[in-house]
Amino acid sequence: MTKKKKKRIVTQSNNRCKGCRFCEISCPAEAISVSSEVNAKGYNYMEIDHKKCTTCGVCYTVCPDYVFEIIEVA
Amino acid sequence: MTEKRIPKTLVEDNKFCPGCGHGIINRVLAEVLEEMELVDMAIGSVAVGCACLMIDTFGTDWVQAAHGRAAAVACGIKRVRPENFVFTYQGDGDSLAIGFSETMYAAVRNENITAFIVNNGIFGMTGGQMAPTSLPGQRTTTSPAGKDPSLAGQPLNIINQMRQLPIAYLARGSVGSFKEIIKLKKYIKAAVTNQIEGKGYGLVEILSPCPTNWKMTMRGALDHMGDNVKNFFPTGEFIKEGVHTDA
Amino acid sequence: MTRAFMKGNHALAEAAIRANMTFFGGYPITPQSEILEYLSDNLPKAGGTFLQAESELAGVNMVYGAAAAGHRAMTSSSGPGFSLLQEGISYIASAELPAVFVDVQRYGSGLGDIFQAQSDYYVATRGGGHGDYRVIAYAPASVQETVDLVGLAFDKAEQYRNPCLILSDASIAQMMEPVVFPEKRKCDPDHEWAVRGKRGGDFKKITSTMYYTENFDQYIHDKYATIQANEQRWESIQAEDAEIVLVAYGISSRICKEAVSTARAEGIRLGLIRPITVWPFPEEAFDGLGKGLRAYLTVELSALPRLRDDVMLATGMKTPVHHFLAGNTVPSSQTIVKQAVALLEK
Repeated sequence: MTKKKKKRIVTQSNNRCKGCRFCEISCPAEAISVSSEVNAKGYNYMEIDHKKCTTCGVCYTVCPDYVFEIIEVA
Repeated sequence: MTEKRIPKTLVEDNKFCPGCGHGIINRVLAEVLEEMELVDMAIGSVAVGCACLMIDTFGTDWVQAAHGRAAAVACGIKRVRPENFVFTYQGDGDSLAIGFSETMYAAVRNENITAFIVNNGIFGMTGGQMAPTSLPGQRTTTSPAGKDPSLAGQPLNIINQMRQLPIAYLARGSVGSFKEIIKLKKYIKAAVTNQIEGKGYGLVEILSPCPTNWKMTMRGALDHMGDNVKNFFPTGEFIKEGVHTDA
Repeated sequence: MTRAFMKGNHALAEAAIRANMTFFGGYPITPQSEILEYLSDNLPKAGGTFLQAESELAGVNMVYGAAAAGHRAMTSSSGPGFSLLQEGISYIASAELPAVFVDVQRYGSGLGDIFQAQSDYYVATRGGGHGDYRVIAYAPASVQETVDLVGLAFDKAEQYRNPCLILSDASIAQMMEPVVFPEKRKCDPDHEWAVRGKRGGDFKKITSTMYYTENFDQYIHDKYATIQANEQRWESIQAEDAEIVLVAYGISSRICKEAVSTARAEGIRLGLIRPITVWPFPEEAFDGLGKGLRAYLTVELSALPRLRDDVMLATGMKTPVHHFLAGNTVPSSQTIVKQAVALLEK
């Protein structure tokens, strides 16, 4: 029996973002940058470069506004 | 490492300013209460200041006290409902200026409650006035030339004030970086555990950024915390399970 | 039923225990300290919690917490300390929580002195703290009435979810009288509004109800109008045919009662209206008095007239309202009769 490793991905609720950039400052993979788009609240939200992202979860931990979640997909 | 899901206890988006540390602290506290299965039995006591914005968004029972009096209210609740988990959640102006007496005496009596004091060195809700925790030279709307310690005193260090008291748990954490947030969660868990085990009063002071009233960018605020705030307010655990440490 | 010969303050404290008060947080101040002393010994024995607070501010906020948790809670103080309770009483009224407060009145403003007085009438009857609220204020005139009103105050506080006040004074609090106590009651603290952890349900917030009440202004207006309509209490003694009606509460009303019998024995038509609730003020007591009524005379233990103003408001000043101020001394009934005769001879 082999244990199938589940894939982890980052999901974003961009309308929660207030554009503080704590995630961008903290991301060890430098995978986060500011979008030129604004969200419903009028803030420039954050974009993740999924090629660089390691799904380490730092963004989840530092975000004051519950934008990011790390979830497993089959 | 498995999934990281936003705790269900955070029932709505928070109402804090961009970059405010309260949002992070709310989430960490919600995680701890969920992991320890305490959400259903938790009663929080807030008073006045930005902290009280959370009573609409953080899904536990709440009582909102008069400015500064959250600790006295929490004592009243815990004494009649000892089966509940009772905590205070206050800013530094609320708990350490107007509420200093109530905060201290809850500790003097080693009340079996848990106190969270969010120290951002300023009165946030009223628009950035000087707090007892403001640093020397800090410019605020009531110290426009910078806080003068000969007039306003040195920053109030609640950990030093409480170190001699026979309380169960005392720590100062920070949300100034990822690593510090991870440590903070351990401190919060330890403080909560002390109440559940009936050991008594636990306090976690939490250094937190207020980019809005510090008039700084997030990076500037985090740098300020690392370069200046921590010199006055060192982090660590100072009393664990009633035993004083040399942190 | 238990009979005893007891000091007013001790009887008040025992009555609170029998009304199932489970939390008391207070601070010493003369002339109410015997309430703390009695409760520090007897409340824990009855299964409740007595806490000597670091200040009246802390005491009233402990009461706020215990009341929010659904328990019957009380604090007591006097004059200067009663001023410090006002912040918390305003918050408790604003959160619509039941709690009982005691002011054992002493004389003077500021520090004043520990003699009996009735100087706190305004702070007792106008709400006391900031904002739009009132406190149902009971003014006992004997040790027995103190006991009876403490039980009533806890019930009314819960009925209206509003603070109630026992407005005592140094004389009623310090005198010893025979008293009969009711049996100890048992009350369920798990009211639907009380915080006890959400326990699988929706979470509750106890704060100013104005944040969550539609048509708040009208709601508050109606709440206090209902109390005013239903909760006026008074004792009327030979007022119907009186030429002079004395108005007095608490300790001064006892002297007035004696003055009425003295005067009646001499053929002087003197009567008395004794407010038992000072808020709501018993306006109904002044309806339908006899046509021979020539004046009201309030008898107050204070340096400035207070009760007089409420009599003026209640009567629309259709009849002259006079006042006799005895300061911090309890006048003799003869003195009061003389005052009344002087008014008749005017």
